[in-house]
Amino acid sequence: MLDDFMTRATLAGIGVSLAAAPLGCFVVWRRMAYFGESTAHAAMLGIALSLTFELSVLAGAVLVSLIMASSVTLLEGRSLFMDTLLGVAGHSSIAAGLVIVSFISGVRIDLMAYLIGDILAVSKLDLLMIWIGVGVIFSLIIWRWSPLLLVTLSEDLASANGFNPKKENFIITISLAIVVAVGIKVVGVLLIIALLIIPAASARFITLTPESMGFIASIIGVLSSILGLYAAYFFDTPTGPSIVCVASLFFFLFLMLNIILKNKI
Amino acid sequence: MLIEISKLEVKYGSKKVLQNINLTLNAGEIVTIVGPNGSGKTTLFKAIIGVIPFSKGKIKIKPNLRIGYVPQQLKVDQTLPITVERFLKLATRDNNDLKKMVAFLGLKNIYREQINNLSGGQMQRVLLARALVDAPEILLLDEATRGLDQPGIAAFYQKIENISKETNCAVLMISHDLHVVMRASDRVICVNGHVCCEGTPENVATSPEYQTLFGSNIDGAFALYRHKHDHNHDVEGKSRI
Repeated sequence: MLDDFMTRATLAGIGVSLAAAPLGCFVVWRRMAYFGESTAHAAMLGIALSLTFELSVLAGAVLVSLIMASSVTLLEGRSLFMDTLLGVAGHSSIAAGLVIVSFISGVRIDLMAYLIGDILAVSKLDLLMIWIGVGVIFSLIIWRWSPLLLVTLSEDLASANGFNPKKENFIITISLAIVVAVGIKVVGVLLIIALLIIPAASARFITLTPESMGFIASIIGVLSSILGLYAAYFFDTPTGPSIVCVASLFFFLFLMLNIILKNKI
Repeated sequence: MLIEISKLEVKYGSKKVLQNINLTLNAGEIVTIVGPNGSGKTTLFKAIIGVIPFSKGKIKIKPNLRIGYVPQQLKVDQTLPITVERFLKLATRDNNDLKKMVAFLGLKNIYREQINNLSGGQMQRVLLARALVDAPEILLLDEATRGLDQPGIAAFYQKIENISKETNCAVLMISHDLHVVMRASDRVICVNGHVCCEGTPENVATSPEYQTLFGSNIDGAFALYRHKHDHNHDVEGKSRI
């Protein structure tokens, strides 16, 4: 069954969107869209270093994303705001990554595959890695759901109840780094943030509780990746961007519903 | 002993916000912290709940102390859909406790509302319910009556006093409603970066340090504050009948 490239691609897409959607809700609630995007950009540096030293691209991406995200969090408050620091770190990383890749001689590297993904080239090993990543993120988010929610609502309330906000925040950071890494093959470092925030933002229009928002976002994410994949197959368009386009269509659909029903949820 | 703070110092950058704070709180005690704006009252609370680090001193907290914390306000981002019910269920899994608390604080009619749509007073009641629902050993109230009207404030503190008596729950509260809260307090601590003075409400209200900060108009301090609003103010605060 896994010998069919479309089956592998579909399973990869479903996996990444399943992990991205509930995590994306936290990204939306905590206004971390730019944080997520910069983390994803930092992955490009990780990819470049891995290619140079012939290491695992996945491990390199996770590691560099984590280092970037953690150091920005540590530096926050030192005369510069978070978004500025992220802008510096994220863009320096992607630029450095692209420069380093240009030094690699020999094999010509298809940069576009890393920037916007190459889901049709997902191997069995890639698929295994993606689903391990999905498993880790899903377990983390479900295990820490209530504390994460409480920290998102108020770090003070969470702390008074005995939770450590720094620890909970780090769970979000580490999950982001993993989702970026496993998303490289599917939608690439430029578009992974879309799979995080677009399903979550669409789900916001029709939901009343955090749990339902996470659930609906997952459904929208999965549908987007399946529909996007087959649309790309039939229209011969790039797959990653097609998936994101379908997700955006969902967003507009729910936005319109929200406006028409004047439903101020 | 629930909380024992000794020689606490907190700095923001190089600026000392609190210094040489000593405070011990035992079960069932009601202690009020008063002090002008920017005197470090909220900072003291944040040091107790552990969200800000301190540079000197010690805070000893009874292990696994159940703290019911009511912040000055809670702003929930519009992007986060959450009902009062779901919010309260984050604090307890016991449905019976929850039902009792909802009835006790009159939250039934807003139980399924979105938190975002609540008025200031409703939000304060929800926050109090959240703090109380898990049978706290100590309540930390940071200007918890924000958004309540005068009768609401009096009723609020009456409730707190009753709860404290019934459950032997200690209360540490920051308040600007001096006239109302001092009556119910076992001790009052006047903070202005350091502890200016402390003691029984009578002692504090008549102490020179307190009077320097808040003036000497202490007549109202032991009676319920009754402010009849029979006139309007213009923007400069001048009276217009």
